Amino acid sequence: MISNEELDLLGDLAQLSLDPDSRESTLAAINEVLELVATLNAAECENVKPLAHPLETEQMLRPDAVSETNQRDKFSQVAPLFEEGLYLVPKVIE
Amino acid sequence: MNLNNATISELHQLLISKAISAKELTKHFLDRIAEHDNQINSFITVTPDIALEQAKAADRALASGKHTMLTGIPLAHKDIFCIDGIRTTAGSKILADFIAPYTSTCIDKLNNAGSITLGKTNMDEFAMGSSNESSFFGPVSNPWDNTKVPGGSSGGSAASLAASLCVASTGTDTGGSIRQPASMCGLTGLKPTYGRISRWGMIAFASSLDQAGSFTRTAEDAAILLEYMAGHDNKDSTSLNLSVPRYTAALSKPLAGVKIGLCSDYFKEGLDSEVENLVLEGIRELGRMGAEISEIELPHTKFSLSSYYVIAPAECSANLSRYDGVRYGYRCDNPVNLEDLYKRSRSEGFGTEVKKRIMVGTFALSAGYYDAYYRKAQQIRRLIKNDFISAFKQVDVIVGPTAPGTAFPLGAKTNDAVSMYLQDIYTIAASLAGVPAMSIPVGLSKGLPVGLQLIGNYLEEAKLLQVAHQFQQQTDWHKQQPQSFM
Repeated sequence: MISNEELDLLGDLAQLSLDPDSRESTLAAINEVLELVATLNAAECENVKPLAHPLETEQMLRPDAVSETNQRDKFSQVAPLFEEGLYLVPKVIE
Repeated sequence: MNLNNATISELHQLLISKAISAKELTKHFLDRIAEHDNQINSFITVTPDIALEQAKAADRALASGKHTMLTGIPLAHKDIFCIDGIRTTAGSKILADFIAPYTSTCIDKLNNAGSITLGKTNMDEFAMGSSNESSFFGPVSNPWDNTKVPGGSSGGSAASLAASLCVASTGTDTGGSIRQPASMCGLTGLKPTYGRISRWGMIAFASSLDQAGSFTRTAEDAAILLEYMAGHDNKDSTSLNLSVPRYTAALSKPLAGVKIGLCSDYFKEGLDSEVENLVLEGIRELGRMGAEISEIELPHTKFSLSSYYVIAPAECSANLSRYDGVRYGYRCDNPVNLEDLYKRSRSEGFGTEVKKRIMVGTFALSAGYYDAYYRKAQQIRRLIKNDFISAFKQVDVIVGPTAPGTAFPLGAKTNDAVSMYLQDIYTIAASLAGVPAMSIPVGLSKGLPVGLQLIGNYLEEAKLLQVAHQFQQQTDWHKQQPQSFM
């Protein structure tokens, strides 16, 4: 179960702002999921190696060679705010 | 022939015999979408101009004899697959105006085979849901009863095919998002082995679980589509570097000697009794057809839901961190600083369920909790995989229900997350292990479709498709259609 203070920390870590009106329901909803997954504790897992990926194959390597053309102009067209080759954000350094 | 319930193979015959042109076939389905989709909301974007242009090219290919089984076949694609120049939303406000600048490998292969793109189908936001009610573009209704859900997350793809608005459709399955809606809409839904189809250009939810697949009327059509969708892709390091078998070649083999496993864990409390009876009757039918039925054990199945609801949110919290309001997607108005830009863009752009899963995943990965949640869930994932490895030493295919019940009323579970998550209780284990699985129609309960789930060993899609095809030669549940869309 997480507390109100932990909810604030999660919001910061996940870069999500918490609406004061729905704060209580958000906390309850997260705790409901955590209660559901608490059944994990009943599983006997001593000495079991965690499985991160179903295939457990070697990561494929490619030759260190250019294979794609630069599509900067095309990709920048989907940016919310883009000018003179730059993605614009609010001023970071005052 | 009634075009509304025709299969890919039947329409292919019509196209190559010139009984119909690709343009006529495409117009038929575009007209049906225009006439009927307002009843079910299965499409987010319809692409008539692109479809008719592709149909023109398909007719040229058919005239020159340079065609494939898919040339001129109208398909609908889940709005999770990027297609160059077409809006691709993943059912989210945060991507509501995103025009994809490239095409996913999976759709590229289908396009290159000459298929037609009718449009992009509705889905739960970022594929997180089991009812297609979390879409920013509104819920999808089930064509069998428009007061009921179609299942999710690929609800639009399932509903569009059930309503005969396309010939087949694509979907993705992370924990059951193809199989469960296929079950609820009376369709054949296939989730291949993890890595069998490239994930490149498929918007990510949980990368170690996500897998593309299909909705079709028959197992034969699923085999045809898989032959074109599967294969290695240099752009996806998790795609399997293996040749693609001719899945259609194995369909006609009889079931004599095929060993089928029945797991009692799939028939426990929570399973609707009529669904249970229909699934058991389907299994008895497989026995009468020559399959050998025996009991098997999957002792860690009971931990699959809890393992999944740690691993999937953990991966989603990482994957969805890319939506920051800077490079693409929704951006909030008048951000006062960079943190405000990130937080408000994400909070205003994501829906409730997505934000909840991001928070749960962030918690599971956070310092102090990682071992108790994420590591433990991954340990259970190995135990579940080991269960399947043991079971497939005894049997070829495992059978059981796809979902615990039939389609439920819209809104019935939106305020009950656990009840909604339990919809995937039978489908999640195969996703965690990465083995292939499918759902095929096995009957109707109170007028609503019921699905039989078939789970196969790694890369044994051909065996699954063979069992499903043979079953469909003896039964006609897959030919049933919702009355109002016939």
